Amino acid sequence: MSAFRSLSLAMLKGLLRDRTASFFTLVFPLMFLLLFGALFQNDSVSRSHVLQFGEVAVLDEMPADQRRDLSEALNVEQVRDRDEALARVSDGDADAVVWQDEDGRIELRYSAADATRAGTVQGLMQSLVQSANLAETGQPPAFELASDQVEDKSIKPIQYLAPGLLGWAIAMGASFMSAFTLVNWRKKRILRRLWLAPISPGTVIGARIGVSLGMAFLQTALFLGVATIPFYGLRLTGFWWLAIPLVACGTLAFMSVGLVIGAWAKTDEAANAALQLVIMPMAFLSGSFFPLDSSPDWVRAISNAMPLKHLNEAVQGVLTRGEGWGAALPAMGGLLLFAAVLTAVAARLFRWDDT
Amino acid sequence: MGPLNVSNAAGRPEPGATRGPTEALDAARPAPPRGPAPPRFGHGYHRQVTKNIPAIAVEGLRKRYGEVRAVDGVTFEVAHGEFYGILGPNGAGKTTTLELVEGLREPDEGSARLLGQPSWPRDPGLLRRIGVQLQASAFFEKLTAREQIHTFAALYGVSSRRADEMLETVGLTEKAGTRDDKLSGGQAQRLSIACALVHDPELVFLDEPTTGLDPQARRNLWDLLREINAQGRTVVLTTHYLDEAEILCDRVAIMDAGRILRVGAPSELIAELGVGNLEDVFLQLTGREYRE
Repeated sequence: MSAFRSLSLAMLKGLLRDRTASFFTLVFPLMFLLLFGALFQNDSVSRSHVLQFGEVAVLDEMPADQRRDLSEALNVEQVRDRDEALARVSDGDADAVVWQDEDGRIELRYSAADATRAGTVQGLMQSLVQSANLAETGQPPAFELASDQVEDKSIKPIQYLAPGLLGWAIAMGASFMSAFTLVNWRKKRILRRLWLAPISPGTVIGARIGVSLGMAFLQTALFLGVATIPFYGLRLTGFWWLAIPLVACGTLAFMSVGLVIGAWAKTDEAANAALQLVIMPMAFLSGSFFPLDSSPDWVRAISNAMPLKHLNEAVQGVLTRGEGWGAALPAMGGLLLFAAVLTAVAARLFRWDDT
Repeated sequence: MGPLNVSNAAGRPEPGATRGPTEALDAARPAPPRGPAPPRFGHGYHRQVTKNIPAIAVEGLRKRYGEVRAVDGVTFEVAHGEFYGILGPNGAGKTTTLELVEGLREPDEGSARLLGQPSWPRDPGLLRRIGVQLQASAFFEKLTAREQIHTFAALYGVSSRRADEMLETVGLTEKAGTRDDKLSGGQAQRLSIACALVHDPELVFLDEPTTGLDPQARRNLWDLLREINAQGRTVVLTTHYLDEAEILCDRVAIMDAGRILRVGAPSELIAELGVGNLEDVFLQLTGREYRE
């Protein structure tokens, strides 16, 4: 057996036999997907519950096919009492009330308690009204465009949950594995021992990267496998396979995070604490668990500095939004650059021994 | 404890027993008794010194860490087939010396040549010919004894069959399926020696191989080390046990404060200083103050 294969095998066995490590890198993120996917399944952000009082032309006079499209995003309920309807909205029971004035103006009342929901309802009604206005002018293509927008709004949670949680899983797996390998191999003097074996550093580094990439691809396969079952209902778009090189670049980027922490930390515990402090906030700020569309500007500014945010966005783009190389290449370049910079930092911090 | 449990059966006296200095040595060594005036390098006539270049030639090694002179001008030579001990109190610079010689660290000054080739910078061709056991057992996590030695064998391009034979040699065949953290101290030391020897090196470095072992395990390990040496390999050993050095080593170097104080066959040094055993030699040379 070659040195490369044998080292890879040793690392792989070490990882798989470490139950805690394999649970946290493989099973734990998948559990989040299973759980979140099920929790949010019928609670699509865009399927809003709107109460309609009286006649509202744009809703009532909608063609049947458009109504069907709309029903994916909007659930309209007819009510007889406007005050009661308003009370239900302020209770959070419904998302908005809509009615039409005598002079034709459409009135929408929503609660600011759920900003995301309020935004969605407003956007939907806005686009409906504009579609109707455009229809009045007799320009069919513009009407078609508006109808597409309605469809686009009905993103299922799985469409951002699967890429977001996958990104988080990749970030955790790659960074924890490389940090722990570095700390343990230094502590157990395996680094020294390998220095004294007639193999090139490239073999050791290559084996380490190979194992991490293998694990990341396995995770990607598990995630996509789970997300695309009908129960979760993720539909992959044309360039979904671009997720593979994206995941590879993400793995390298987060391995470099692990290398910096592993080079700095003296013990497993210190490395673990530092990784948690870095990875968890980064995952939240990168929209791994929930979308950041409605978050304040300063949060989004921080978010833009996170490599995971760009990985998540690009993976979501190619997996579910039909985006292609245009979305993948800038993210891949950025992740590789990030990896190069952090690896250089890790090389500066690197020590052979703890002493 | 496996096939190596022969030392006491052979009726050798315990090193701590009442004895004259050389008498005990001779009785304890499997090799023929030493001549009265040993030559400078290697003295057992059973050894075949076929090469003119020494196995190890160290000249003027220095290594500083900040203000501390860890190794401060160390020069010595080890002949082919010799069993050489490096002794000294804690912090004397033994391990650093060994690491400089092995090529793990770059010396500030001086040079170390192993089998005629400089050990720094790193030379994979040379690394194939030397075997190293580091002080702490450098094992991969969660692997069994067999997987450990197979991994090391693969690093040196050695067959798995040879690795299994090596496991047999150190009496660990029965423990082949046991993970490294479940091995006893003696078993772990034997495994780590087996890993250092799997590629049949000409020159072997062992850093405190018997530390933390019980007397039985220590004596079993001595047999293994003697066997390694008897096969014609040059062995360099550091140890805190003076009895061990006295019994195993052809020559010892006694170090303190980064320098070599004295080099010679244990019996020579004992006779020279007119004391009872190597431990007395050691204490006389390095003093009795606490270290570290």
